[in-house]
Amino acid sequence: MTDRDYNFAYLDEQTKKMIRRAILKGLAIPGYQVPFASREMPMPYGWGTGGVQVSAAVLTPDDTLKVIDQGADDTTNAVSIRGFFERTAGVATTTHTKDATVIQTRHRIPEAALAEGQVLVYQVPIPEPLRFLEPRETETRKMHALEEYGLMHVKLYEDIARHGHIATAYAYPVKVEGRYVMDPSPIPKFDNPKLSDCPAIQLFGAGREQRIYALPPYTRVESLDFADHPFEASKADHPCGLCGATDSYLDEVITDDAGARMFVCSDTDHCEDRQPRGHRGKDAA
Amino acid sequence: MYVAVKGGERAIEAAHEWLAEERRGHPAVPELSIAQIREQMSLAVNRVMAEGSLYDPDLAALAIKQARGDLIEAIFLIRAYRTTLPRFGASTPVDTGAMACDRRISATFKDLPGGQVLGPTFDYTHRLLDFRLAADGEAPAAPRREASPAPVPRVSEFLNREGLIEAAVPDDTAPPDLTREPLELPAARALRLQALARADEGFTLGLAYSTQRGYARNHAFVGELRIGTVPVEMEIPELGFAVEIGEITLTECETVNQFTGSKSEPPQFTRGYGLVFGQTERKAISMALVDRALRWEELGEDNVGAPAQDAEFVLYHADNIQATGFLEHIKLPHYVDFQSELELVRKLRRNVEASQQQEAAE
Repeated sequence: MTDRDYNFAYLDEQTKKMIRRAILKGLAIPGYQVPFASREMPMPYGWGTGGVQVSAAVLTPDDTLKVIDQGADDTTNAVSIRGFFERTAGVATTTHTKDATVIQTRHRIPEAALAEGQVLVYQVPIPEPLRFLEPRETETRKMHALEEYGLMHVKLYEDIARHGHIATAYAYPVKVEGRYVMDPSPIPKFDNPKLSDCPAIQLFGAGREQRIYALPPYTRVESLDFADHPFEASKADHPCGLCGATDSYLDEVITDDAGARMFVCSDTDHCEDRQPRGHRGKDAA
Repeated sequence: MYVAVKGGERAIEAAHEWLAEERRGHPAVPELSIAQIREQMSLAVNRVMAEGSLYDPDLAALAIKQARGDLIEAIFLIRAYRTTLPRFGASTPVDTGAMACDRRISATFKDLPGGQVLGPTFDYTHRLLDFRLAADGEAPAAPRREASPAPVPRVSEFLNREGLIEAAVPDDTAPPDLTREPLELPAARALRLQALARADEGFTLGLAYSTQRGYARNHAFVGELRIGTVPVEMEIPELGFAVEIGEITLTECETVNQFTGSKSEPPQFTRGYGLVFGQTERKAISMALVDRALRWEELGEDNVGAPAQDAEFVLYHADNIQATGFLEHIKLPHYVDFQSELELVRKLRRNVEASQQQEAAE
C-alpha cells in the first residue's frame, strides 16, 4: 500500500536532488564528510534519519529493500523503517541479503558478501571520527583538510600503553584510500575488514549532524593500527548456538536467572539461511 | 531454550494502540477539542509554533493533543509536517515598529511616548492556586479602552538620537535559511538569531541566566518588550506589489546593554535582540541576552570562555528536536556494540589478572 499523500519515498524531488548531489560528491571524494541540508523526518533524530534520507534519495520503484538493525531484520526499529518505505515508496522488501538492491543498516555489515549493484546505507550517529578528541566542528574540519591525524594516533597509542590493546571495540576508525580518516558508524570492529574492496556502493548518512559520506565500490579502507600492534577483527570466541557458524559476529543472550548464556549470530538472515542447510549449533532445537 | 525474539511488528502495533488509548484518557471525561486547546492553552500553542517554526495555532493545538501535552513531541510533529510543505516564496520583512501592541513595556524609562502597556501578563499576579478555576473557569469581562491607532515608537530610537546606543545598520542581504542549508560556522548574526528563534526555550533560558550570573555578564536592561500583531505581506510577481496575506502575533525584545567600550568601539549601549512567534516573552528575553553574549567578537570584547559566548556550543545544542532525538535514541538496541565492549573488557581484565598472577608468583 502506498500513501498517495506523500511523494515516492516521502521526500520531495527537490530534496532528493539535493541529497543525490551530496552523495555524488561523497562518492567523488571517498571518506570526505559532505554537509547537506538534512530535513526533519517523521522519525526522531538518532533513529536513522540520515540513513532514511539517503535511502529515500537512492530508492527507485524497482528496488528491493532490506533493513537491519543490530544485524537483524526483526528488531523494532528495522521493522519500523521497513514499514515506512513499504508505505511511502511501495517498494518490495526482503530479509535476504543477496536479494536486496538497497540495504539500510544500523550497527552491522551483513555476513554474506555483497555484490556489484547493491547499495549499503549506514545510519550514522556521529560522523566525525575525531569528535571525541576535539569537540569543535570548526577544528575537526581543519584537521581533515590538513590531513592532521596525529591526535588520533596518539589516542590509539595511549590505549596500547595503558591497556596493552586499542580500547575501541566499535566505530573503529579507518583510513580511506590513504587520505581521509573516517568513522565507519558504530559497527563492531569485526566488520571493519568488510568495508574494504567491497563490490557494493557504501553510503553513510548522518541526519542530525547533516553529513553524508561514501565509499565507492572497491575502495581501499584500512583500520588504523601500528606495525607492532596490527588491527585484529575480534568477536566472541564461540560458535553460533543455532547454526554452528564460527565465522559470524555473535550476540550474547542470557537465557535464565542463573546467568546461563548462549551465543547466536547477530545476522539473523545469515543464521536462518544456514540452518535448513544442515548447519546446527549445540543449542538448536 | 532461546528463541529469537520475533513479532517486533505486532509489538509496535499494540504499543501504538495502547498509546492512543492513554492519549484519550478516561472515556467518561469529555474529549478536548482543538479549539479548546488553541484558546485555553494558548501559551503552549505559542511555544509549539515558535519552536516548530510554523505559525498555525490550529495545527499546533492538534499537535499538542496528539502529543498528550508533551510540548517537545508536539514541536517535533510540527517540524516533521513543516518540512513537507512546498515553498511558494518569502514574505517581505515584517515591520515590528508598526505592531499593534497588546503589551509594551520598557524597564529603562519610567514613562515614554506610547506609554507602558502591561497587557495580559502574569507579572504582578500572586502565584496562589485559584481553586475557583477548579469549579468555574469563566472570567468577568476585563475593562476596555480605545487603543491609540498611532504606531508605538521604539525605545532604542530615543537612545539612538543621542548616539548613546550602537547604530543598527540596515542590511538588505537575504538571510540564510537554516532549514534549507546545513549549519556552517562561523555563523553570521542573522543565522544565529534564526537558530535562537526556534531554539529550546529551556536551553535558551538557562544560557541567558548563566550570563546574568557572571558567565559572560553583559548587564542587560529590557529596553523594550512588545507583544502584538503585525501584518504579513508578500510580493506577488504577477501584481508587482506586496499584498497582505495575514496577521501574526510576535514577541519582540530589545535589550540595552552596558558597554564600556573596547579597542574598536567607544563607550555606548549595545543591543541584544529577540523575536519569537506568539506571546513568548520568557523566550524572547532569553534570546536577546544570548544574542548579545554571542556578539562578543564583533564588539571587541574578551572571550571569557563562557558557554553563552560560544556560538558553536550554543547553535549545535539549542535545537530540542535534535537533542531529544539523539538523547532518546540510546533506548534503541545497542547490543552489537555492547557485545564488542563486553569482549574488550573481558580481554583487558584477563590481561590484568594474568599480570597480577605473574607478579604474585614472582
